[in-house]
Amino acid sequence: MTKEITITLNGEKQSLEVEPRLLLVHLIRENLNQTGTHIGCDTSSCGACTILVDGKSIKSCTMLAIQADGKEIITVEGLATTEGLHPIQEGFKENHGLHCGFCTPGMMMRAVELLENNPNPTEEEIRWGISGNLCRCTGYNNIVKAIQYAGAKIRGDELPSTEPEFV
Amino acid sequence: MIPAPFDYYAPTTLDEAISLLQELGDEAKILAGGHSLLPMMKLRFASPEQLIDINNIPGLSYIKEEDGFLKIGALTKEAELEHSDTIPGKYPIFLDATKLIADPQVRNMGTIGGNLAHGDAANDHPAVMLAMRAEVVATGPEGQRTIPIDEFFYGFYMTALGETDILTEIRIPIPAAGTGNAYHKLERKVGDYATAGVAVQLTLDSEGVCTYAGIGLTNVNPTPLRAERSEQALLGNKLTEEVIAQAAQFASEDCNPSDDLRGDEEYKRAMVGVLTKRMIHKAMERAQ
Ligand SMILES: Cc1cc2nc3c(=O)[nH]c(=O)nc-3n(C[C@H](O)[C@H](O)[C@H](O)COP(=O)(O)OP(=O)(O)OC[C@H]3O[C@@H](n4cnc5c(N)ncnc54)[C@H](O)[C@@H]3O)c2cc1C
Ligand code: FES
Ligand code: FES
Repeated sequence: MTKEITITLNGEKQSLEVEPRLLLVHLIRENLNQTGTHIGCDTSSCGACTILVDGKSIKSCTMLAIQADGKEIITVEGLATTEGLHPIQEGFKENHGLHCGFCTPGMMMRAVELLENNPNPTEEEIRWGISGNLCRCTGYNNIVKAIQYAGAKIRGDELPSTEPEFV
Repeated sequence: MIPAPFDYYAPTTLDEAISLLQELGDEAKILAGGHSLLPMMKLRFASPEQLIDINNIPGLSYIKEEDGFLKIGALTKEAELEHSDTIPGKYPIFLDATKLIADPQVRNMGTIGGNLAHGDAANDHPAVMLAMRAEVVATGPEGQRTIPIDEFFYGFYMTALGETDILTEIRIPIPAAGTGNAYHKLERKVGDYATAGVAVQLTLDSEGVCTYAGIGLTNVNPTPLRAERSEQALLGNKLTEEVIAQAAQFASEDCNPSDDLRGDEEYKRAMVGVLTKRMIHKAMERAQ
């Protein structure tokens, strides 16, 4: 039994036939070839598959594609515009917020919602805010800086220094 | 990991959902936030033949004080509890608990109704509800009935909900003046289930005598556990260090933790004692 669903993915509305058991992350990666969204753990633990559904960050390995019927989805491919990078992408680039990059799409999508709710988070709020996203490379410090940078950019404040600290 | 095949229904009214449950029988399951059910289906620990998604039924998500109760709609998400304006005043225990449930993305999906209906002693809301003497509203073909939380958790992953019942609301008696409550769980890392968790709600009169005590324990028994002897030790007494130590001792004796990767039995009993003491103190501070 398949069902027709309609989703808006990164601004583009489309109708698709899906089997009820198809997970949203597989719809996005395999059926729609948008492979920026990653699968890390497949058990809702790592956050690599994080995307925005109606503005909320969720783990797309733990949602059925059929549940997304009628919803608006944004993945990492939807962040940059013709004007250039999204502030969060610029933040990660300027602050070396990634090493291997595997966690990065999920981190950025989570950070987008975090900054939406709280454009000026403290370091502690950022660390709590990304507690559902694992990074095995960076040690998180530059990710925190990347999010602080993006927050400043979104608020229109002076951008923090991106010089590395040597300790 | 892909779940076994199933049929999917998305009713838009409660009546329609209940009729579907009646029609489809016991192989059908309700889908709320899906963050307990889908992981189990992916691992093939569960393979329901039909899923009835209740997320398209309006009116099941709210937090309000009414008729002497704090009423929470079953589909209310953890993130909504976390950011609600009603919760901080008299119910800081919910902020204590939700902050420790999984992580922000899971809290954007997981519902309070699902957290209770799942009947998992490792979940955090059951102990909170035991401490606050909540009632669960179940809606079925015969209409609504309320189930006291003490009669709700039956056994391992079993609750008093019948096959054609939908949990629709949770009711918590609005605490009297002089009430404080608190929850904490020991976890190995953010997002982990509790090694042990303790929920406490207390009411103190003007003399400092304890007139209400509710204590619930997480993940140290096959079902969520009320620490009855501990509550009795507090009731009618001024909460001196001695009285509190006695209550903590009873809780660590009366739970039934099992050895696992989170710790052995002895360690967990000790942690129940420590957490009970701390949560009593915190609830007392908040009762002022
Ligand atoms: C990575 C991860 C970490 C987690 N950590 C924690 C944690 O630390 N503490 C914690 O408490 N929980 C934790 N959870 C569980 C999470 O909070 C779940 O969301 C919650 O237990 C179930 O709620 P749900 O809405 O997702 O229910 P679902 O998964 O949709 O349903 C769970 C069960 O309840 C039934 N059900 C759901 N709603 C109803 C209803 N209204 N009426 C009748 N039956 C119903 C379903 O049929 C199913 O059997 C974690 C989950 C994940 C994925
Ligand atoms: S792949 Fe979804 S949380 Fe890890
Ligand atoms: S950059 Fe490699 S996992 Fe985060």
